[in-house]
Amino acid sequence: MSPIVRTWLGIVSVVLMITALYMVFVYVPTEATQGIVQRIFYFHVPCAWVAFAAFGIVALSGVLYLWLGQDVWDDLGYAAAECGLVFCTLVLITGSLWARPIWGVWWTWDSRLTTTLLLWLLYVGYLMLRNAGGDNPQIARLAAVVGIVAAIDVPVVVVSVRLWRTIHPAVLLTRQGGHGLQDPRMVATLLFSMFTFTVLFAWLLMLRLATVRAQTRIHRLELGLALAEAAAQDRYSEARSIERKSIRSS
Amino acid sequence: MENFGYLFAAYSVIFAAIAIYVVFIWRRQARLDADLRALERRLADLSNSINPAGPANPERLPGGQA
Repeated sequence: MSPIVRTWLGIVSVVLMITALYMVFVYVPTEATQGIVQRIFYFHVPCAWVAFAAFGIVALSGVLYLWLGQDVWDDLGYAAAECGLVFCTLVLITGSLWARPIWGVWWTWDSRLTTTLLLWLLYVGYLMLRNAGGDNPQIARLAAVVGIVAAIDVPVVVVSVRLWRTIHPAVLLTRQGGHGLQDPRMVATLLFSMFTFTVLFAWLLMLRLATVRAQTRIHRLELGLALAEAAAQDRYSEARSIERKSIRSS
Repeated sequence: MENFGYLFAAYSVIFAAIAIYVVFIWRRQARLDADLRALERRLADLSNSINPAGPANPERLPGGQA
């Protein structure tokens, strides 16, 4: 992807984000029960959506890396895991900031919260493994397997509010079916925020993927250059020894 | 405006985290550019040691940006 496309995607992300903020703070009505703090919802849910999409990309690129063995899939998985972890962290923080005034606690070992924390820990583990491995293809294959296995937690997080008794509200897919948003403006704002965060995620992923790809190429060039330097040094030593021998024989 | 502090904190954290991540990516890109320049210098040195009469800078090497 060319730098021009990345620049334009960044500009579009900023414009969309400003519009989303206008919708969240001006356009959408205040929720009757929770009051103003419910507006956290319009950025909390898109963060979760983007984190799930990112971890889906990690799993898909892991499958493609194991199948095709091309570095680009390993690099894509790494970049997506890092972006996904940023948004998963934001889900946990914003959720905690929303829980404190509504539930009276910063954290509770609820099924949705616990499975989300597990997801976060799984991708921290993935990134630690990937960082420790460097360019080692065996570690890259192992990380791909971890990325695929960790993605199993994504559907568990989604259905956790329907499977177990939980304090976390099921707003998008209620236990009775349908969604729990009372006003069409709330639906419009949520959908617009989700679109905005998707574009933002695409921009961040492209930026990060470009640096990961460049890093991989530079490491490979460094290795090739070191080998070439060693070979040149050997040739130089060989030439010096022939020269010394010829001087002695003359 | 009850609980406005929590709302403000949540949105501040989101924008701060995104800004920090973008800066982190840009800094890493700058470090990679420096690594690339160091590689170009090493390549030029190697080229000179193999063929002293040959191209003295990487821009004159095959594949270099002339």
